[in-house]
Amino acid sequence: MTTTTAKSKVLPPPTERYSLLGWLHKNLFSTWYNALLTLFAAWLTYAMLKPTLTWIFGEARWDVISANLKLFMIGRYPIEQEWRVWAALFLLTWVIGLSWGSWVKKFELSGLVLLLIPVFMALLPFSMDDRLKILGLSVFSLIGYVIAKSQPATFSKVSIFAWLLYFPVGLLIIRGLTGDEGFFPVVDTQLWGGLMLTVLLSVLGIMFSFPIGVSLALGRQSKLPIISWISIGFIETIRGVPLITILFMMDLMLPLFLPSEIRIESIIRALVGITFFSAAYMAENVRGGLQSIPRGQHEASHALGLSGFQTMAFIIMPQALRAVIPILVSQFIGLLKDTTLVMILSLFDILGIGKAVLGNPDYIGTSREVYLFIAAVFWILSYGMSYASQRLETALGLGER
Amino acid sequence: MEKTHTTQQATIPFWRDERVLRVLGQIIFLIAVIVFGYYIYNNMITALAKQGMTPSFAFLNQTAGFDIGERLIEYERADFNKRAVLVAVLNTVQVSIVGIILSTILGVFLGIARLSTNFLVAKLSSIYLEILRNIPLLVLLIFWYTGIFITLPRVKEAISLGTSIFISNRGMVIPWGIPTETWRAYLIVLGVGIVLSAIVNWQLNLVGKRTGRPPLVTLWTIITFLAVAIIGWIALPQSPLTLDLPTLQGLNFKGGYTFSPEYLALLSGLVIYTAAFVGEIVRAGILSVSKGQIEASRALGLNAFQTLRLIVFPQAMRVIVPPLTSQYLNLTKNSSLAVAIGYPDLFAIAGTMHNQTGRSVEVIALMMGIYLSTSLITSVFMNFYNKKIKLVER
Amino acid sequence: MSKKLFPIVALLMVLALVFGSLPVAAGNAAQEAGYGATLATVQERGYVICGGNASVPGFGFLDEAGDYQGFDIDFCKAVAAAVFGDAEAYEIRPLSSQERFSALQSGEIDVLIRNTTWTLTRDTEVGANFVHTTFYDGQGFIVRKADGINTLEDMDGGTVCVQTGTTTEANLADTFAARGISYEPVVYEDVETGWTTYEEGRCDSYTTDKSGLVARQTLLSVPEDHMILDETISKEPLGPVVRHGDDQWFDIVQWTVFATFFAEEHGITSENAADMMAATTNPREMSFFGAEGDLGVKLGLSNDWAYNIVSLVGNYAEIYNRNLGPDTATYIPRGLNSLYTDGGLLYAPPFR
Repeated sequence: MTTTTAKSKVLPPPTERYSLLGWLHKNLFSTWYNALLTLFAAWLTYAMLKPTLTWIFGEARWDVISANLKLFMIGRYPIEQEWRVWAALFLLTWVIGLSWGSWVKKFELSGLVLLLIPVFMALLPFSMDDRLKILGLSVFSLIGYVIAKSQPATFSKVSIFAWLLYFPVGLLIIRGLTGDEGFFPVVDTQLWGGLMLTVLLSVLGIMFSFPIGVSLALGRQSKLPIISWISIGFIETIRGVPLITILFMMDLMLPLFLPSEIRIESIIRALVGITFFSAAYMAENVRGGLQSIPRGQHEASHALGLSGFQTMAFIIMPQALRAVIPILVSQFIGLLKDTTLVMILSLFDILGIGKAVLGNPDYIGTSREVYLFIAAVFWILSYGMSYASQRLETALGLGER
Repeated sequence: MEKTHTTQQATIPFWRDERVLRVLGQIIFLIAVIVFGYYIYNNMITALAKQGMTPSFAFLNQTAGFDIGERLIEYERADFNKRAVLVAVLNTVQVSIVGIILSTILGVFLGIARLSTNFLVAKLSSIYLEILRNIPLLVLLIFWYTGIFITLPRVKEAISLGTSIFISNRGMVIPWGIPTETWRAYLIVLGVGIVLSAIVNWQLNLVGKRTGRPPLVTLWTIITFLAVAIIGWIALPQSPLTLDLPTLQGLNFKGGYTFSPEYLALLSGLVIYTAAFVGEIVRAGILSVSKGQIEASRALGLNAFQTLRLIVFPQAMRVIVPPLTSQYLNLTKNSSLAVAIGYPDLFAIAGTMHNQTGRSVEVIALMMGIYLSTSLITSVFMNFYNKKIKLVER
Repeated sequence: MSKKLFPIVALLMVLALVFGSLPVAAGNAAQEAGYGATLATVQERGYVICGGNASVPGFGFLDEAGDYQGFDIDFCKAVAAAVFGDAEAYEIRPLSSQERFSALQSGEIDVLIRNTTWTLTRDTEVGANFVHTTFYDGQGFIVRKADGINTLEDMDGGTVCVQTGTTTEANLADTFAARGISYEPVVYEDVETGWTTYEEGRCDSYTTDKSGLVARQTLLSVPEDHMILDETISKEPLGPVVRHGDDQWFDIVQWTVFATFFAEEHGITSENAADMMAATTNPREMSFFGAEGDLGVKLGLSNDWAYNIVSLVGNYAEIYNRNLGPDTATYIPRGLNSLYTDGGLLYAPPFR
């Protein structure tokens, strides 16, 4: 809008200062109805918080969580292979540290807060072994950060490759390589579970749905009627039905669709369902990005003699994708939450594990604790991610130019 | 450049003619899709035939054999499966419509509250939005149902509001009217009331257009309707409805109307969850109206409420409606999570039916078809509304 | 223009989806899966896949280490022992009651052992074959003593909690309709929610198989406040299920069950199996152990198949007591599930 640079000499308007009483008056008791509202809101807070807090710190049986923490986190993944999950996590925090160090220019308080979360978690009553591993998360991200800070320019490119490489590598670490024996045995997907499965399903879902979604978006925009109809039909069908019905359909019908010799694991079936679902929404988001590119870009590109394909691949798509990155992040967060529906297919995602734990005779009657814990885990993950992505967006200037 | 192009076009062989290629490409693509579809279909039929099953919707005309706890129309176990489907569809539609209305009201309230100058109100509202938007709906519903609604007092210790509304973990019982002989006559009276109030509305609008000073159109319309309704009630020889008060008899409340805890949990769960998203949308919509509009309106002497109603909302609506539509669709689709808390919606009944009949393919096709049609109808209606309120570009 | 078309196109898609599955290609109906196909598949794979349950205490649930435990799980182990001589050569695929038959039909599992009731429809139309019953059960009702319910008629106007996708749901509807009792069903997708809500007083009664009621009553917060009505409204013979069309596999699973009966009848346990095998002179026991004749080979297995079952998993009594016996939290008196010599229904045909 304006061409003034950030270094403009114009001073910001003076900030208003209040005494405590003045602040209270302005923000809480300025008029009689405002005062009433304040009192009502205060009463409401008290009425809700008091029983909740009494329950959380008094009556709740949190042992159901601590005793089954391993199940909640990694499901039935063999305990002697647990280190591989940690390894994948360390690698992840290292990559996060690396990208934070190279992309975020200023010293960020929020980065420090993120760094301190594991330190606080280590104060919780875990075993010494687990505490060290949790602290390891901070250490690895710090290492990444320091490395990147030494040469931010080089590492900003490196970190992009690190992200691209991370997912296949991480998956390989968790799945294993060397058959049933040896150092790196394959862990059957049947044993994957808990939060790990929830995260994996959503990460893989987003990754696989990306190419499908982009092709569908292009297909929908296409001037060729048959291709555009088929794309529209696919997108609107998937978007018109609940995810749970898609999962249910994949679970029951995918085995029927394929020749009877082929056996597909239930995780794969759920993943196919999630991918289709996510692809349809991805297509709509990408289409939004495509439409946001002004016509002039097409025209300019044609004027330069680029073909239709070249225009799409080198001019339009990069800009469109850049514009939709923030939306894709929120789509991922949404997918992470939606993944809980695989519970209905008796997969042991974190919610399915919760249900299985409640079936254990020792922990009957602890459903509130279990579901509250699961809700808290999701809240931390999803709020944390949306917060971090907002920070990154501002730092990178993503989505705006 | 242009010229050479046209001259070449005449001699271009058809396999390099872009128009031919386009058609050809599409046909090949279409054939590939059809072949793939047939392959899948064939596999399915073969697999089913192995178990001696052939797809058919004949089961819809067989006895259902199971009961449904909540229904808007008469249904019993001896009815056909298609009747059970109808019961289920009505349940889904009903919870969706009520949910959409309530979540809009709560969402608008939250959106405004978040922009409030009152610090506490704004903070509370924003905490609410941040919590609700970041947890999965399924977890919320299960927690909400098993953690809150089911832990309400038992039926014998029900909380009573006034003398005849009771709340327990069997749900909420309220007094309900039972139609008497004059009910049909009264329906006609109500019809007349609607026609009369429509005429009043139309005439007052004309007056408003002519004079430029619209009278309180909505108010007078409602007054007309209410007047007819009340006069009709008194004038009829017997009042058209008798009040049925709930009383505790035996195991449950008898009489009145009961909202089951499953319904209440599903509805309120959907409402508080969707309202958080609606709240965000409303807030963004209000913020999209430029400040100058509000200042201008205040300068013209409109008060804060009038500004909101006459200036801000009509403009904000244009930003609000498209995302709101997708939230409404989401709510409808999310109502399928009812299966986790025991409310007999379409998905739950389809599951039962699938298990009783063993017809997975048909049941799934039927269920998805119904959901898809519902979504399409909703979006067609909302698109129509969106066109209506769209800024006319000149 | 194409924008306006899309609702129409999409609607057409719906119709295509719904009616596309109508036309019937019944030409190659009832093709046999083939004798011996399942065993070959299982042996090639190296382990048996059983469809199981992950949330029924006593029958199938996950322990803290993430392993499956329970009565049904032990029968899966028995099949693995019979086929491979290794009781750990199995995998449990947890299935909801809604997906269990589809999983069996599609060949995703080899055998379904998940408290499944034997009914005529399931035996025919659903394409399942039931082997001999491992657990005789019947549907009952649990109520609160304070409510004064003694017969089903007392439940008139009440609320009953039930799990979806089960014969239980249909039995409930049939019985109450036949007796003219009005009631309101509340149907849950999973067992745990149903019990929680019953205990909190949402329902006057919870109905399921009596075994489930007995096992679960002990886990209610005050078990003495509840009682199980005498009435049993259905027969629920629960047992392993295999696919239509492979009689050899049917026989293997069937005789695995009989082997556990036989072993109990003859006092063979996992501890004394080796000694008995060496010492026995009883011709039936000798052919059971494979010391005489070739019963195992007739099934397509090794001759020590029955010995493996007993020594690795145990006889019926051992399996029962391990999961449902007096020392467990889910104690169920044996009742009909005793040997015929003790007045029960367990009767193994001769091993010869």
